[in-house]
Amino acid sequence: MTGDFPVALILIAGGLLVPVLGLRMRAVLTLLLPVAAFVCVLAVPEGTHAQVEFLGAQLSLMRVDRLSLLFSYVFLLATFLAAIYALHEDDSMQQAATLLYAGSALGAVFAGDLLTLFIFLEIAAVSSAVLVWARRTKESFRAGMRYLAVQLAAGMLVLAGIAVRAAEGYGLAFDHIGLNGPGAWLILLGLGIKCAFPLLHNWLQDAYPEATATGTVVLSAFTTKLGIYALARGFAGTELLIYVGTAMAAFPIFYAVIENDLRRVLAYSMNNQLGFMVVGVGIGSELALNGAVAHAFADILFKGLLFMSMGAVLLRAGTVKGSELGGLYKSMPWTTGFCIVGAASISAFTLFSGLITKSMIMSAAAGEGYIMVWQVLLFASAGVFHHAGIKIPYFAFFSHDSGIRCKEAPPSMLIAMGGAAALCIGIGCAPGLFYQLLPYAVTYAPYSPTHILDQLQLLVFSALAFAVLMRTGIYPPELKSVNLDTDWTYRRLLPAIWGAMERGYRYAADAMWSMLQPPLRGIIRSIRTAHQPGGLMAKTWTTGGTALWMMVLLLAYLITYLA
Amino acid sequence: MKGNDKRYWLDDPGNVTGLYRGLWILGILLLLCDLFLHKHEDFDFAGWPFFYGFYGFLACVALVITAKGLRRLLMRGENYYDR
Repeated sequence: MTGDFPVALILIAGGLLVPVLGLRMRAVLTLLLPVAAFVCVLAVPEGTHAQVEFLGAQLSLMRVDRLSLLFSYVFLLATFLAAIYALHEDDSMQQAATLLYAGSALGAVFAGDLLTLFIFLEIAAVSSAVLVWARRTKESFRAGMRYLAVQLAAGMLVLAGIAVRAAEGYGLAFDHIGLNGPGAWLILLGLGIKCAFPLLHNWLQDAYPEATATGTVVLSAFTTKLGIYALARGFAGTELLIYVGTAMAAFPIFYAVIENDLRRVLAYSMNNQLGFMVVGVGIGSELALNGAVAHAFADILFKGLLFMSMGAVLLRAGTVKGSELGGLYKSMPWTTGFCIVGAASISAFTLFSGLITKSMIMSAAAGEGYIMVWQVLLFASAGVFHHAGIKIPYFAFFSHDSGIRCKEAPPSMLIAMGGAAALCIGIGCAPGLFYQLLPYAVTYAPYSPTHILDQLQLLVFSALAFAVLMRTGIYPPELKSVNLDTDWTYRRLLPAIWGAMERGYRYAADAMWSMLQPPLRGIIRSIRTAHQPGGLMAKTWTTGGTALWMMVLLLAYLITYLA
Repeated sequence: MKGNDKRYWLDDPGNVTGLYRGLWILGILLLLCDLFLHKHEDFDFAGWPFFYGFYGFLACVALVITAKGLRRLLMRGENYYDR
């Protein structure tokens, strides 16, 4: 295969075809297309292919190197697992949106220039919003609108950045960008929204938990990881990102502890894991970059697995609110087991995927001497075990028995969760094999006795802290609630300011009217008197009177002429 | 559904307490390993005995207590945004 065929088109064309197919064919298509695309990706040689002229610009749709290949593998894996997961349901809107979204994510990964990247980011933004709307509730519609607005704004920032850079003479190349001008800053800001940088993060926690069981699983795989991919390509070694990432890793875990909606807890936890990746990109050494992209790969699988298990709970128990759940291990033992595998992976337990990827970033931070950053990341590591590793399985499946007795998840969901769980354990058990996929050669050894012992101590004592706080009653109970986050600014503050401005305008307009009314009335009255029937201006004049006035006028003219 | 009145192993509070004690024993054993293993750490302070255990415990307690305090500032009713 020459590589001149853009692989993304396989999924995108499939997505466009889905709505006109029957139920059986749709299911087959969603399963087969990621496999077909994967075969194509394997056959494509490294290099830049599929170059086309568009509006006078040279675009390259297939830049194949180790970095883009790694992300394409995991994106296709996630698409395939999500297709299995959704086999029990029949929703052509969701299937079409999933294929379009996954296809555009693949297109963005293989984009060799910034314009192609932008175009695919925009298709991804719109198709992913459809995934939020596929829940078909009032809340999901509103959340989807907010999500779309934020995503399109991010896209506009990227486009503005591209335009400014082109004007600065940098061209459209999508290689290392670095912070070398206003264009680069605009692109970084746009990508920062996609990566959920602190204060730009809240679209994620707002929209993801409002999607369907499958929708959230699909959403969790692509947009944020595309952001990480683009940062790794364009902004590796940008020191600012180290501090941005550190803040990202630390602050969402406080929210995760008090959040009641367990899928929203996972969304906060996603923010925290993205923070680790951003730190890795910011450090920019080969070890750190390997760690960042490896962690993105692992995160797609274990976060997908955790979202899948919560999706199964949503389907069977009808809710994922911690305050309503508990004791579900009795009804859903398999889901419980898979959820625990996901929890162990995100917490970086020995022999699970998170350990061999996150520790590369930690080691790189320590190796470069970032003491404070390293300490905050260690705090975030303990915290992630606390809120994602323990809280999620504990409140959903154990805790006090809620009395809910439901069926185990359907076989399609169980198979998908089983596949994801097997990959999480496989990556953790065979790091050497996995490391071969990474962009740079790996010399790092994750399983040193020191590291194993350190990590186990950290995790066991985090668990003990949870147990002690639980048994002493200090741990905050799960309460029906929402917690204010930055979305408050555009869901409450801005509407309130707008409302106040509207009221202020109306008040000012009223005041001005009442002030102007008396003189205006007077003017109107005098005009009316002059023009009404019988008024001075509406009167018909006699011929004699008019002739007299003409004479006066001519006389006046004569006098002024002679004078 | 199945097992409505079935007693599970975890339904017995005694077993839960057993697990809890087991976790403490595991933790203490892991701390003791620090005294026998010669560790290679990137930072000196990380080589102090019991560093990771204490850090993990204190980090989580601090996390939970801070988050609990944040609730007063941030928590609203479930229908806050529905007007």
